[in-house]
Amino acid sequence: MSDSTTVTPDPAPAAGSGDHPSRMPSRTRRRRRAGRIGQVHPLVALLWLAPALALILGVVLYPAIKLFDASRGEYSITGLRKGDAGWDNYVNVLQHPDLGTVLRNTVVWVVAVVAITIVLSLALAQFLVKSFPGRRFVRWAVIIPWAASLVITSQLFVLLYDYNYGIINHVLLSLHVIGTPIDFLGDDSWTMFSMVVVGVFVSLPFTIFVFIAGLGAIPDDVMEAATVDGASPWQRYWNITLPLMRPALMIATVLNVIYVFNSFPIIYTLNDRNPGYAHDTTITFMYKLAFKSQEHDVGMSAAAGIFNVLLILVVVGIYLKIINWREETSR
Amino acid sequence: MTSTTVSAPPSAGAPAPQGGPTATPRDPKRRKRILMAIGGALVAFVFVAPYLVMVLDSLRTSSDVKSTPPSFLPKVWQWDTYAQILGDERFLNWLKTSLIIATGSTVIVILVAIPAAFMTARHRFPGRGLFLLVVLVTQMFAPTSLVVGLYRQFFELNMINTYGALILTNAAFNLAFAIWILHGFFSSIPLEVEEAAALDGASRWQILRRVMLPLTLPGLVTATIFTFIAAWNEYVVALTLMIDDDKKPLTVGMRAYITGYEQHWDQLFAASVIAVVPVVILFAIIEKHLVGGLTAGSVK
Repeated sequence: MSDSTTVTPDPAPAAGSGDHPSRMPSRTRRRRRAGRIGQVHPLVALLWLAPALALILGVVLYPAIKLFDASRGEYSITGLRKGDAGWDNYVNVLQHPDLGTVLRNTVVWVVAVVAITIVLSLALAQFLVKSFPGRRFVRWAVIIPWAASLVITSQLFVLLYDYNYGIINHVLLSLHVIGTPIDFLGDDSWTMFSMVVVGVFVSLPFTIFVFIAGLGAIPDDVMEAATVDGASPWQRYWNITLPLMRPALMIATVLNVIYVFNSFPIIYTLNDRNPGYAHDTTITFMYKLAFKSQEHDVGMSAAAGIFNVLLILVVVGIYLKIINWREETSR
Repeated sequence: MTSTTVSAPPSAGAPAPQGGPTATPRDPKRRKRILMAIGGALVAFVFVAPYLVMVLDSLRTSSDVKSTPPSFLPKVWQWDTYAQILGDERFLNWLKTSLIIATGSTVIVILVAIPAAFMTARHRFPGRGLFLLVVLVTQMFAPTSLVVGLYRQFFELNMINTYGALILTNAAFNLAFAIWILHGFFSSIPLEVEEAAALDGASRWQILRRVMLPLTLPGLVTATIFTFIAAWNEYVVALTLMIDDDKKPLTVGMRAYITGYEQHWDQLFAASVIAVVPVVILFAIIEKHLVGGLTAGSVK
């Protein structure tokens, strides 16, 4: 997951914070000085921010403009611009016979992967904050799908799922769970399920670690007080842990929605042999329009890309609202 | 779900619990710990199992990978696949590309993120909130959604098939994370440290270099490793922009081992092992910072 790089705004008390407790100043002095030392002229600030701004404008904003530009053009099969298409590409996307299937796949894919990931991660995080022999190794093991390239993991699962040679079918057959092998990737009724399993598998590590952090932030004394008051473990979890985990849950949900929505390699690789768009989401649909379809239609793909960007922007908007953006930065 | 693969002894990922059956049943705490260790080993196994298959498959002959019925262990342990691909010029080119792109993007990200994070974390100026908002929004965009725009841009700049295009793309899309994490580390340093240096007549640049950077070393390491891994594993943009076989990075290039004409499963998996193992080790190094660095601040 290049998608795996994540952070939430203002991670102020990060790991370095505990290192210099002895240097904490008296409060008055700090406040007086802070006002003076912190202010800089906007032009000086701009100088320090310029490289970052150049990179963002040049390689994020400019391609976004290019994308919009391309969505309004008509392209030859080799990618040369033939003329203006107006809004035709958008109309073509909206009228594409497979759009309904693709949208339904996208919703099923995102909702299933995120929901299952969250539920499993809550349980696993709860387990991984307890102390037991070998916990370190278990945490390292959990990281692996996060660190490994998504394509490699996907390719691996193509083989694990294989009808003839796959170890999953082999194990299920020898345990007599099934009588005949399952065509996990070829059988239409299994394909989405098989993809969701891989999606959950690679989304778990990040989510588990977000929840481990969330659980670590719950003060011990609250738990102790509840225990003294005679609350059962389930009551404690339902009435204390979950409400206090709300921020972590929100963040994990929204970020996972974004990653899973943007996820490309799993669907692309596991679906490699299936023709058409029967199991594609909006992201792979967009890619195939430009690079893999008969038409190689750059314009239409770009229009689909704009729809994707708009969808993400809506999610980002919700995200910003959730984390209370203004409050965070004014601190 | 993936636990369907669990069937071998669950000792793969985690160490076997100490003294299982000899524990006295009267000691419930000890028993609980042992049960948890066994549960932990099972969890570890589920996460490791697919990659264990990858390692085992890299040690089989290619025909053994696709044999019916499949066997858990290789019929013949074929160790020289690694030597084979390490002597394969195609593989070395992909590896070279991956290294150049990951290193190049990481260097750019760190050099660009440090001044930006230092400025926003330690100073107040008009437009600061806006800048941080822009950074946050870029973080939401995976290059995937913009891939057609990126292709048009680099096509027009005549940069298809160049390292530069991929380095710039990876740098731009991983910048946000690096800025956030360094911003967090810079913010946590007490003002006095900076003030003392300022009183000694140090310039802002000297303060950053001599005082702040050494104190944020863990943050720098985390940001560096994260960026490197993300660039190392990037797929969609590389798949789109790198058309020449010898310019492809590992993730894209190794697909050539399995085509309609040749199927070298052993080589594919050996290449996968070489691509995955170093990254897992890097990730394990920063595991401690993951919890603190990833979510602190959002979880109050």
